[in-house]
Amino acid sequence: MTNPFRKERKFIGEFLAEWSIRIVASLSIVIIFLIFFFVFREAASLFTTMNVGTANSKTETPAPRSADAQAAAPEQYSAETYGDAPETYGESDGAAEQYNPAVEVEPLPGTNILTPLNMNYPEIYNPETGSLPADINDPTPMGTFSVTEQPLSLWENLTSNVWQPVGVQPKFGMIPLLIGTAKTTVIAILLGAPLGILAAIFTAFFAPARVRNIVKPAIELLAGFPSVVVGFFCLVTVASFIQDNFDNTFRLNALVGGIGLALAVIPIVYAIAEDSLSAVPRTLWEASLALGSTKWQTAYRVMLPAAAPGVFAAVLLGIGRAFGETMIAIMATGNAALNSWSAFAPARTFAATIGSEMGEVVWGSEHYGVLFLLGTILFVVSFSLNAVTELYVKKRLIKRFQGR
Amino acid sequence: MQTFTGHIPYSKKVLGFFAVMVALIATVAILGIIVGMIGDFIIEGGPNITGAFLTEFPRNSNTEGGIFPALIGTTFLVMIMTIMGVPIGTATAIYLSEFAKQDSVFARSVRFAVNTLAGVPSIVFGLFGVGFFVQFLGKGLDNATGSSSFGDGSLLWASATLAVLTLPVVIVSVEEALRAVPRELREASLALGATRWQTIVRVVLPNAVSGILTGSILAVGRGAGEVATILFVGVTYSAEQLPGSITDKFMHLGYHLYVLATQSPDVDKTLPLQYATTLVLLALTFTLNFSAIFVRSRLRRN
Amino acid sequence: MAKELQAKIHASAFSVFYRDKQALHSVTLDIPERKVTAFIGPSGCGKSTFLRSINRMNDLVEGVRNEGRMIVDGTDVYDKSVDVVTLRRRIGMVFQKSIPFPKSIYENITYGMTLTERKTKAELDEIVESSLKRSALWEEVKDRLKNSALGLSGGQQQRLCIARAIAVNPDILLMDEPCSALDPISTGKVEELISELKDTYTIVLVTHNMQQAARVSDLTGFFLMGKLIEFDKTRTIFTSPAQKETEDYITGRFG
Ligand SMILES: Nc1ncnc2c1ncn2[C@@H]1O[C@H](COP(=O)(O)OP(=O)(O)OP(=O)(O)O)[C@@H](O)[C@H]1O
Ligand SMILES: [Mg+2]
Repeated sequence: MTNPFRKERKFIGEFLAEWSIRIVASLSIVIIFLIFFFVFREAASLFTTMNVGTANSKTETPAPRSADAQAAAPEQYSAETYGDAPETYGESDGAAEQYNPAVEVEPLPGTNILTPLNMNYPEIYNPETGSLPADINDPTPMGTFSVTEQPLSLWENLTSNVWQPVGVQPKFGMIPLLIGTAKTTVIAILLGAPLGILAAIFTAFFAPARVRNIVKPAIELLAGFPSVVVGFFCLVTVASFIQDNFDNTFRLNALVGGIGLALAVIPIVYAIAEDSLSAVPRTLWEASLALGSTKWQTAYRVMLPAAAPGVFAAVLLGIGRAFGETMIAIMATGNAALNSWSAFAPARTFAATIGSEMGEVVWGSEHYGVLFLLGTILFVVSFSLNAVTELYVKKRLIKRFQGR
Repeated sequence: MQTFTGHIPYSKKVLGFFAVMVALIATVAILGIIVGMIGDFIIEGGPNITGAFLTEFPRNSNTEGGIFPALIGTTFLVMIMTIMGVPIGTATAIYLSEFAKQDSVFARSVRFAVNTLAGVPSIVFGLFGVGFFVQFLGKGLDNATGSSSFGDGSLLWASATLAVLTLPVVIVSVEEALRAVPRELREASLALGATRWQTIVRVVLPNAVSGILTGSILAVGRGAGEVATILFVGVTYSAEQLPGSITDKFMHLGYHLYVLATQSPDVDKTLPLQYATTLVLLALTFTLNFSAIFVRSRLRRN
Repeated sequence: MAKELQAKIHASAFSVFYRDKQALHSVTLDIPERKVTAFIGPSGCGKSTFLRSINRMNDLVEGVRNEGRMIVDGTDVYDKSVDVVTLRRRIGMVFQKSIPFPKSIYENITYGMTLTERKTKAELDEIVESSLKRSALWEEVKDRLKNSALGLSGGQQQRLCIARAIAVNPDILLMDEPCSALDPISTGKVEELISELKDTYTIVLVTHNMQQAARVSDLTGFFLMGKLIEFDKTRTIFTSPAQKETEDYITGRFG
């Protein structure tokens, strides 16, 4: 007996269409790999072609790949002239929040590089002078610091505390960039996360529906502000406001930049926190109220802890945003690579460094490679933050609310 | 748990008042900043937006004149970006919503990749644009064809880079729209002997058109304001002419503002221009965002 | 059992699992040609699962697995050689929650036909008219065929869905609680329709309404917790059921 349900038509077109869809869908995965590969590839040139720029007199380690360079690093680091750098760094790390203008800002080592041509808007980047001097409170004179006779190995160079990518002997010390990034990110999160979370609590629990329907889209609107616009607002308005109130030496500084970054962080933190707060089962809210708790007690002591993984994710993604934001960081932080933890001193972040220097870099040069290395770091950090929220936080949320 | 005493102690009341006030103040502060920002731009920039400003080329090294080429450059940029990104994003969304087994490794990897892509800093996309599109694809094309038009930043590569950046926006928005199509419609179609593909083309997609539209508009809104991504892939701060082909360099509103605000010789003098440019850029992105919200709310109502 | 009739659908030891959960336990039965067969039973007992297994709509559920055989017209529908698209064209289905496609009434009816072949306008018109007449909807909608089907009432929509299903000319009609969302008058119309259609089609009907099963069906099967408890002539089931569970359910002492 013949099969009455055999194929009547051939569906080659559909078969192809289906597979094209699958292939296109895999593009997202491919792109992630491509981003990593192509950004890292340019950075990797640093480690493979060592005989460029400063690295031509490398003595001990013969052309180390990145892993070797890392392994060899500790010894080289302490053995070098600036062996006290790690301590200084460690101390100021702890004292990140303490601002001491007397120590931090005043002893400018006789340089006028920090005095820009235009006092209102310190220039962002000057290819003639390189970026701004390294450590404004470092008593060591610049001359002794950079031992020109003995060129640094790549690793030593990267871990030094001078970022001066253009010059006879370019210096790619990432420590000032690290400080600048950490400083602005911390300020942005300290300002942005509480504001975003509190606003989320307000809209999720205290606001009447009519108010919520206005507030929510309004804050989401903030996410639609192009960052160059926020940067401009900080550069012009926020910077003046801060200067009028604090009388700070540098018109553009980490605080102004941090405020700008906070404006970028707030909508993200708000959106995710609000989502996870409203995702907490309403029964919990009612049960708590039925037990005699007040609304605010329930909101802060029951609902907020219940949504903690989501709020945590919100803050993590907020950090990622502040960390990777470029235009605001270029325009509002003063963009000088200083070794100062002061909120009122300029700062230069990883992203801003790429953004402001990539345009003028010599293709394929060591500087070019270092900028791509910074890009690789940005990518890896944002990837990790996302992976943590995806793989860990979401699981926790699902467990908590669905008991799986 | 405290026992019921009939009234809440005074100290608790005060604490509760503060707990609510703090949340309220935070909300008001955020809204205040938003309103302040928009107000600042409108007051300072509004009077400077004239017909001439919108239709003239900049003059005297960007210190006078208008923003016409930047406006056109931005428009071209997002148009080409849309043409490149929306089909890919839509196809991915169709895969995720119609074909993927939800817990298959591949589907989960695609989802993870999309989420990751959404979190990659825009400057990294910029580097990717340089490393992949310009250096690898462009130079490769040039070597293969013997031309010399692809191996440098251009409208084409900037659009491609932006298309990658906005891909997650499109995917998320289209997938949401596809998921809003009732399962019953799909089943009815399949039960009538339609193939999966016929069901998608004839039933699912027509019902998701507004979602695709929303996604595209949102992507355009995001792309139009993005500066860091295009910094090194073809944007220029002054152009004598409008871009004549996709391999030309182009001006861009956001980049124009950046250059005016930070790199022009006399920043103060161009402040009115900066404000006006900001307002135009903001108006453009907001118009796009609002129309996306409008389209989406109509979608949700249906 | 109705052995004397020719079996259109034959299930043998048919089981369905949703992941590790077994929804059907080794169901064996014969559904005769050109009769109305009704399935009753409490919610979650597996009626829909059985129905959806006949035209393999259950394939769409992730993690579903079958055992045993489901034979339609002498062919196991789960056999590798069976093309599910062809299978579904031969077996029409009407759902409980029937949303017409958000297209015109005319396009709803022609949807199934235009999937496989090009038909002339005249052919299409003719089929639209005949299927709407068969589903007793023609008089109500003949003046507004180009209007959106979403403008019809619930009962009209359900009859439109039946018309849509019979327009592709299947031999079997599966109906999963087709009246549960309808008012009594619409229900009456659909029941009438079912009685008329059984001359042409083999109809399998799932219902929660025992009066409905008693009114329209020739045979009735009673499912309980994934098992087919009893399957016999409708009159027998409702007057002298062989099983205690069936009797309990029918007399309302149950579920
Ligand atoms: N997609 C699914 N995934 C997992 N389990 C399912 C799925 N569909 C049905 N089930 C389970 O299989 C069993 C039978 O379901 P089925 O829908 O066949 O019942 P039913 O008799 O049609 O009930 P009702 O009268 O409520 O429609 C139920 O226990 C149900 O929970
Ligand atoms: Mg059912």
